[in-house]
Amino acid sequence: MSRSRRIKLQVFRGVVFLIMGLFFLGPIAAMFEFSTRGNSVIAPRTLEAWTNIIKTPDLVDAIIASLELAAITSIAMLVLLLPTMVWVRLRLPALYRVVEFLCLLPLTIPAIALVVGLFPISRWMRINLSDSILMLSFFYLVLVLPYSYRALDAGLAALDIRTLSEAARSLGAGWATVMTRVIVPNMSSAILNASLLAVAVVLGEYTFANLLTYENLQVAIAYVGLVSAGTSIAVAVASLLFAFVLLMVLSFVARPRQRGARAEKTLAPVQLVPPAAGTR
Amino acid sequence: MSLAGTPAVNTAARSARSGRLPLTWLGVAPFFVFVGLFLLLPTGIIAAGSLGDKDGHLTLSNFTELQQAYIIKSFLNSAVISIASALVGALAGALSAYAVATGNPRGTLRRIVTSASGVFAQFGGVTLVFAFLAAIGPVGLLRVLLQDHGVDIFPNGVWLYDMSGLTLIYMYFQIPLMVLVFLPALDGIRPQWREATESLGGTTWHYWRYVAGPLLAPAFLGCTLLLFANAFSAYATAAVLLTQGGVILPLQISNLFTSETGQAQPGLAKALALAMIAIVTIVMLLYTLLQRRTSRWLR
Repeated sequence: MSRSRRIKLQVFRGVVFLIMGLFFLGPIAAMFEFSTRGNSVIAPRTLEAWTNIIKTPDLVDAIIASLELAAITSIAMLVLLLPTMVWVRLRLPALYRVVEFLCLLPLTIPAIALVVGLFPISRWMRINLSDSILMLSFFYLVLVLPYSYRALDAGLAALDIRTLSEAARSLGAGWATVMTRVIVPNMSSAILNASLLAVAVVLGEYTFANLLTYENLQVAIAYVGLVSAGTSIAVAVASLLFAFVLLMVLSFVARPRQRGARAEKTLAPVQLVPPAAGTR
Repeated sequence: MSLAGTPAVNTAARSARSGRLPLTWLGVAPFFVFVGLFLLLPTGIIAAGSLGDKDGHLTLSNFTELQQAYIIKSFLNSAVISIASALVGALAGALSAYAVATGNPRGTLRRIVTSASGVFAQFGGVTLVFAFLAAIGPVGLLRVLLQDHGVDIFPNGVWLYDMSGLTLIYMYFQIPLMVLVFLPALDGIRPQWREATESLGGTTWHYWRYVAGPLLAPAFLGCTLLLFANAFSAYATAAVLLTQGGVILPLQISNLFTSETGQAQPGLAKALALAMIAIVTIVMLLYTLLQRRTSRWLR
């Protein structure tokens, strides 16, 4: 590469990174600024908006509800998806494509469209089963299917589960033992990956909760924002930081251990999942 | 011995298998029940409901009602916002991805950019709107700072609550998504191809026009389609930002379907939802086809 072209390239890269850095970090910095603002831009900094979070019962309830939903959804996802995927790989390989298709189907159904069909089901469940906000986890499980499926599928692809399970079975292990003591420990990073994605999707979810009239974290933030912008922006920053930490952990977990190019190939598609429409 | 043993084992296995067949299927039953109840049933409800009127009679009127002016208008608004944010997002994202791809493939910068893109691409809804309001809203930091220096970014009214504001905010998740999906295609470009072009007397223009351009075109187009689908199905961001309902298609659906005003038209909402699903499905299919074409030379 010629010297002048290399300089031009470095200038181009510098300009691009500068502009993108400002565009992406600016609004987040502005949120911090806003959440610590007094009565005006020049007034002394105050943490009042932050302390107001715990003084707003609606917000506290919503935060707790969203955390519970995140936990329930990710556990239910693992319980539903992992045994099914292992079973299909071992016993029903003919169903592999069907399961994959069904799991990726939510990608082509916008959340706002799906919720129209879920509404009657949700109403039935509220009347006949429970009115609790935790019922949302059934619907959130649908939203996280594609992301969790891809993460788990990448993890399973890197394992020879047939050999592993046959070895364990021949040593007298039952299926439960095979799952919990052989397969799960061997794909812990894929499981963590799938769970963190599920948590991130659930914590950011607005569409389902809003239209099915439940008050989760995002709905509460929007609602409180109408009354007190500072407090709701403070919660927004907090939830954002939490999601950032989660997803940053994820991106470092998702990075393959130094096991060579093969592992890199199988893990790469996890990042290529189109992001969650439900959080938009 | 193995020859003698085989038929016996086979018949034993076969009888055991046929006897256990229902049990084998039982293993996947919970998954199929769940997907049936919470994914296929709602889709069926949408499809069936779009064909019924308020009393449940079979009718196509919901689809003819889609031609009403206000629905066409929100469809066009949705299309404009999605196309604009997909095109600008794809260009900006591709440039960013190129800036990343030309750096050290194992460097810290690249790792930070891809991790951050993964995070920002998931970002949306309430939090995102608040971030932009805090930055360039009527009392936002940048707005106030610029105003102090005599620059008004809203000379003709606050455009942030408008379609242009929405498009700008969509950039925040469109650009990172483009970086994520386009980077693998750029990584597939070998430096040797450029050297080969140069050794044959080609210029930078020739290289982009005849080598890299045509190779990257399907990937770029595919990723742009993905960005389009992404913006087209976005609801939360617009719902929080725009106080006026029904401006874009997703808002129109929620308008028609919530009965707050007593004007709920569930049949029409379902027809609209079905139309949206159809559009997104077609776009995602094209995206998959183009991705497949790209992956042929990517390895």
